[in-house]
Amino acid sequence: MANLISRRNFLIAGALVGGGIAVGYGLADDKPTNASFAATTDQGEFALNAYVKISKQGDVSIAIPHSEMGQGIYTALAMLVAEELEVDLALVRVEAAPVDPVYANVVALMDTLPFSDGHHRGEATIGAWGMQKLGGLLGVQATGGSTSVRNSWSPMQQAGATAREMLIRAAADMWGVPASDCRAKEGRIVFKGDNKSASYGELVERASRQALPTERPLKPASERKLIGQSQERLDIPAKVNGTAGFGVDVELPDMAYAAVKLCPVFGGTVASVDEKAVRVMPGVIKTVRFDTGVAVIADSFWRAKKAVEALPVTFNEGEHADLSSDGIFELFSDALQSGDPRGYTEEGDIEAELNNASTVLSARYKAPFLAHACMEPMNCTALVGDNDVEIWVPNQSPTLAAWFAEKTADVPAENVKVHTTYLGGGFGRRVEVDYVVMAVTIAKALRGRPVKLIWTRENDIQHDMYRPAALADFKASLSEDGQINGWHNRLAGPSVTRSFTERLLPWAGADMPDNTAVEGAADIPYKLPHKLIEQVPVPTPVPVGYWRSVGHSFTGFFTEGFMDELAVAANKDPVDFRLAHLKEHADFTSVLTRLKKLSGWEEELPAGTGRGVALHESFGSIVGQVAEVTVNADKELSVDKVYCVIDCGEVVNPDTVMAQMESGIIFGLTAALYGEITLEEGRVTQSNFPDYEMIKLFSCPEIVVELAPSGRPMGGVGEPGTPPIAAAVVNAIYDAIQVRVRELPLSNGDFSV
Amino acid sequence: MLTLTINGETRQVDVEDDTPLLWVIRDTLKLPGTKFGCGVSACGACTVHIDGEPVRSCSFDVKDAVGSDITTIEGLSKNGLTPVQQAWISEQVPQCGYCQSGMIMAVSALLKENPSPTDQDIDDTITNVCRCGSYPRIRKAIHAAAKQQAEA
Ligand code: FES
Ligand code: FES
Repeated sequence: MANLISRRNFLIAGALVGGGIAVGYGLADDKPTNASFAATTDQGEFALNAYVKISKQGDVSIAIPHSEMGQGIYTALAMLVAEELEVDLALVRVEAAPVDPVYANVVALMDTLPFSDGHHRGEATIGAWGMQKLGGLLGVQATGGSTSVRNSWSPMQQAGATAREMLIRAAADMWGVPASDCRAKEGRIVFKGDNKSASYGELVERASRQALPTERPLKPASERKLIGQSQERLDIPAKVNGTAGFGVDVELPDMAYAAVKLCPVFGGTVASVDEKAVRVMPGVIKTVRFDTGVAVIADSFWRAKKAVEALPVTFNEGEHADLSSDGIFELFSDALQSGDPRGYTEEGDIEAELNNASTVLSARYKAPFLAHACMEPMNCTALVGDNDVEIWVPNQSPTLAAWFAEKTADVPAENVKVHTTYLGGGFGRRVEVDYVVMAVTIAKALRGRPVKLIWTRENDIQHDMYRPAALADFKASLSEDGQINGWHNRLAGPSVTRSFTERLLPWAGADMPDNTAVEGAADIPYKLPHKLIEQVPVPTPVPVGYWRSVGHSFTGFFTEGFMDELAVAANKDPVDFRLAHLKEHADFTSVLTRLKKLSGWEEELPAGTGRGVALHESFGSIVGQVAEVTVNADKELSVDKVYCVIDCGEVVNPDTVMAQMESGIIFGLTAALYGEITLEEGRVTQSNFPDYEMIKLFSCPEIVVELAPSGRPMGGVGEPGTPPIAAAVVNAIYDAIQVRVRELPLSNGDFSV
Repeated sequence: MLTLTINGETRQVDVEDDTPLLWVIRDTLKLPGTKFGCGVSACGACTVHIDGEPVRSCSFDVKDAVGSDITTIEGLSKNGLTPVQQAWISEQVPQCGYCQSGMIMAVSALLKENPSPTDQDIDDTITNVCRCGSYPRIRKAIHAAAKQQAEA
């Protein structure tokens, strides 16, 4: 324990000095930190550090320690390296980094720290924060929490600069001239005043023998050619001609295919299987029984699927066979009434304030469970040998995938190999390892042959780790001049961190504070003289997980919906009302002011339409959105246009930030309009896109995005677009028809799209 | 044995008659560009052309494709990129990319049928799902491709 704590503090301290820890590990440690990347080099290729490989032909390859799931990370990180290395981005090749603690994600760890004053300035403070995200302490490579660029910004620049300095020294050595007279330019080192120059390919072998430079000056911002300018994404050409390799596309010699039938009730197990029934079906190789289900291995996926559907299986449904989502919400409601809340933020004396105030408003907000529904269903290909295991898998954490493959196959850690493919969406789902464990379990029954497990969409929707449902009560008091004096927000719901930890490390899960349950509620920026934000943890048998923007995905809706109610009660314009509570925050004010202008907030709208605003900070970025809707008394609704302003600090690839805002808005809007997972008799009611509906072209609004960097520290972009949209839409509906929506999805409130 | 014509080649496949064309394309013919998203004709990730018409191959028996010309994303363009693919790059459409083979196949069929679709035409015809929400760019790219096609 003591050990872990001190290591954690060390990591945090390192992270605080600007990503220093990853550099310390990745570039200047005693052990050769490029060892695992060097192991991937081909003939005539040299790993100059853990991130940069150059061949004698001059080809540059960059190791990307994060998964490409559509967020453009391969390109953004390659840009950081190419900028310092002075190479043409179009000539750079990117590849998934091998599994090594050298690539651990430290920013994800910092985001678990307690809320503090420095929070809104993007600072992290060292605090005693339980053991959540325990994995982060142990050097976990992960993609999530909108951390990728933030985490890798400094190491990637340093990697480029280090490699450049090594090439410069190699050239200086070769020519017998001072290194200070040589510089890098367009993939070559040139000597000043003379016409001597050499390509990186010619220099790389010599450079690889140079000591790691301790001096590696970074380019001043004014000389940057790539960072801050939109660059075409490196992965897009392969995504328009069908050649991009996703997990589901893995093809290996002698490969078999597996399909599964899983116990529909959470916590249930297989009671009996009649294997004989499918033995004669075409292509069937084997039936494999495991705790929660059965698999059929066959010579094609379709044959495996047909057989597993025909397979007679009975389940012990276990103790949750009566579970229903209505019952779960009743528990939440009881918890709000009489549970034992855990306080997260407290200022002033909220009880006295609410007792004495003349105007007090209260409201209850509700958000359902949600599935991730990545476009590429869960899958993993596994090859289990006598004493080794190899997996090919679209994943958000190769470290966790490796650990669980090792444990399941029961082989030594050094005999585990993980190949990360492109991800057909992640959204937090692919940080889980359930499908990895399942694939390895199944492949163990057919040692020596690779087995590709593919889930059907029905498996995927009914066996997710869901975005938790939540219920929230608000009470607030207004002063005579229409300012909020008291704000009491009590939430109830399960803890994602606890659920996640218990799944991975059953001994470590415990009831402890969990930022994800109140993020975006406990740290709202508004000036509230008396406030109390608290949460009652209510564990449920429904496994809950990280879903794009996590707790913010519901707190953004709750807090910004209620803010709007207060603005209406105070008879104030919703934008001005927010601004009046943001006087201490120049950056929030600036986002909102720019949004007001961008959206033409003060212009008249035609009858039957309305506009609503919402402002929300998450993952270090501030996002404001205005939605314009058309809606009538019959609740026929269309979301016509969304304006979005983001301050995410420094921007690497502007077009990618825009794309992520569009994507995040549509993800959040999909949930707001249709998204709901319900349970009856212990099982998920929905099963596929027909009943877990998605936005399509016809229901997708026009989206206008403006980047408004204020000089704040760099924030994330993958998730912050999602939290505000639901509130912006319900506030717009109120504006149009004076109907207040406090419960999602809108389709439940009889709205049709 | 069934005989299929796919991307201009004749191929023999030994599968059950009612196997969905999608799985024959992916697992038997080893053309993985066509994707599986739902299996119930609800997302369009599996869209291919059969005699030029867009078809959701997850819900189309292989036996019904015998005697027709099947085109997958791999066979969409004989040389270089089509205007649709080019527009997909210039508008930087794909995010994760998983839905895009199906999108491109659906849009290519639309533009052949209707060279300058209105927004309403697009809404009515392209009902594929993109979980990453690349729709605003898809719409722009369709118009850009239509324009380029008209100029060519
Ligand atoms: S996989 Fe065919 S429509 Fe979804
Ligand atoms: S780009 Fe990811 S599903 Fe469309």
